[in-house]
Amino acid sequence: MSRYLTLSALAVLFLFPLVWSGYASLEEPANYLEMAQFGEGVGTYATNSLLVSVMTVAGTLIVSALGGYGFARFDFPGKNLLFLATLAILMVPYATILIPLYVLLGYIGLQNSLVGLSLVFVMFQLPFALFMMRNAFEALPRELEEAALVDGCGTFRAFTRILLQAVRPALITVGLFAFLASWNDFFAPLILLNDGASFTLPVAVVSMTQQTFGAIDYGMLQAGVMVMAFPCLILFIVLQRHYVRGFMSGALRG
Amino acid sequence: MTLTITRSGRRPAHSAPSARWRSRKVQGWLYAAPTAVIVGVLFIAPLVLVVWMSLNRWPLLGQATFNAPTNYVKIADNPLFVDAVLFTLKYTAITTVLLSAVALGLALLVQDRKPGIGFFRTAFFLPGAVGFAAAGLLFYGMLNNDFGPIDPMLQSLGITDEPVKWIGTPNMALFSTITLVIWRFAGFNMLILLTGLQAIPTEVYEAARSDGANRWQVFTKITLPLLRPTLALMLILSITGSLLAFDQFFVFTNGGPDNSTVSMVMVVYRDAFFRFDLGGAAALSVVLLVALVGLNTVMMRRLR
Repeated sequence: MSRYLTLSALAVLFLFPLVWSGYASLEEPANYLEMAQFGEGVGTYATNSLLVSVMTVAGTLIVSALGGYGFARFDFPGKNLLFLATLAILMVPYATILIPLYVLLGYIGLQNSLVGLSLVFVMFQLPFALFMMRNAFEALPRELEEAALVDGCGTFRAFTRILLQAVRPALITVGLFAFLASWNDFFAPLILLNDGASFTLPVAVVSMTQQTFGAIDYGMLQAGVMVMAFPCLILFIVLQRHYVRGFMSGALRG
Repeated sequence: MTLTITRSGRRPAHSAPSARWRSRKVQGWLYAAPTAVIVGVLFIAPLVLVVWMSLNRWPLLGQATFNAPTNYVKIADNPLFVDAVLFTLKYTAITTVLLSAVALGLALLVQDRKPGIGFFRTAFFLPGAVGFAAAGLLFYGMLNNDFGPIDPMLQSLGITDEPVKWIGTPNMALFSTITLVIWRFAGFNMLILLTGLQAIPTEVYEAARSDGANRWQVFTKITLPLLRPTLALMLILSITGSLLAFDQFFVFTNGGPDNSTVSMVMVVYRDAFFRFDLGGAAALSVVLLVALVGLNTVMMRRLR
């Protein structure tokens, strides 16, 4: 019983800030109206965030599903080298390659672009995603694929028609990690986007504390926090099982 | 670390026509091609570019000119960076110790599948689903003396008499930031540890108990040693993450007061976008990169 008392006290400590933020933002419903008009309008920033997240999730799923299948079922020269190079992304501190990425995206016309930002997020997600997807495809019985091949499908049709269905849980896990990372990230958009109209939510809402002349509107700030946090809280609660599988898979160990 | 590359495309030693195998090689490459492009263009190329940039005077706008090794030499003269290194190391040490202790405590409390435990696991993890920038802004409001609820609560409980300078003094700013980081990351680390705890077979515990081991002995003689690889993973992630701290200081303390909470990555950012010196920022990046890859390699060898 004393364990449950400790747990409950701790749960209150952990949940209190979230509950308070929700309460503080709703205390004055006008907070949300003011925020809607902040800067370019919260609608613009939320749309940017959503676009980036959707592109990141789609990009990560496509690249890692194709790659995972290739790594699980085919042998080709340079296979191990490419796999190690992908995992090496985990070893290299993310903050240290954003400055050259900023310059490099300029060379290919993707500076200050939501597409460029999404591609960078896909790259950062790739080691985890590729590892998850390769393991998922390896775990499938070969008979599944062979049956499709015997039926006259090419490997690509077998892949899209049958195998993708079979690895759906892994796809959900990879997609969830990609969404949370791209929706929440602050540092990469801060560096890679430089015009207010293309800001994502975290950059825009943080700028509320740094650009307002005079007093900071704390109520509006908490409304901003809620707009950022709410989708993640809901998604996490609904897809928790899939999130935990990401941990269990050992992919973090890379 | 524990990754092994398995060769899975088993090649039958007989009967496979070589043309078919060549086509499988090509197909394999086609499936892996998007990965190769992303890794090549967005990872390998910037790694090369950052080294090249660090050897040049590289203004934010305008022409780059070769000036090696000036960018590296001037790192030693950058007092902000030297202070930031010391501050970041201190922050990393304190955060890692406290975060690991809290995460281990939480993991032990929720490791058994008892009724209601799922709720507590979710409650502890939930802050981890919130972005770090949002979490920083949440604390920024919550600890504000006029707007936040914490000061009135502490005062009505008689714990403090006057508003606390949560981010107003260097030590308090560090303390508040670490509280924020523990709140945000304890659940994440708890989940990592849970994967390790659940891999320990229950028979091992039963055997120890039947040999008359008490709880403390079970914890120190069985749980901790068997949890070592998972603890090591958590420590490595926590140390690396703390050494690269940026969001929490940029959003929550803004480096203040008096530049007392400026982390190493913040100096890189300021050099690049406030002093428009991308070459200098690249040199700092290279130093951080080499130091962290080296540190990670050593830690993986030692801790495993």
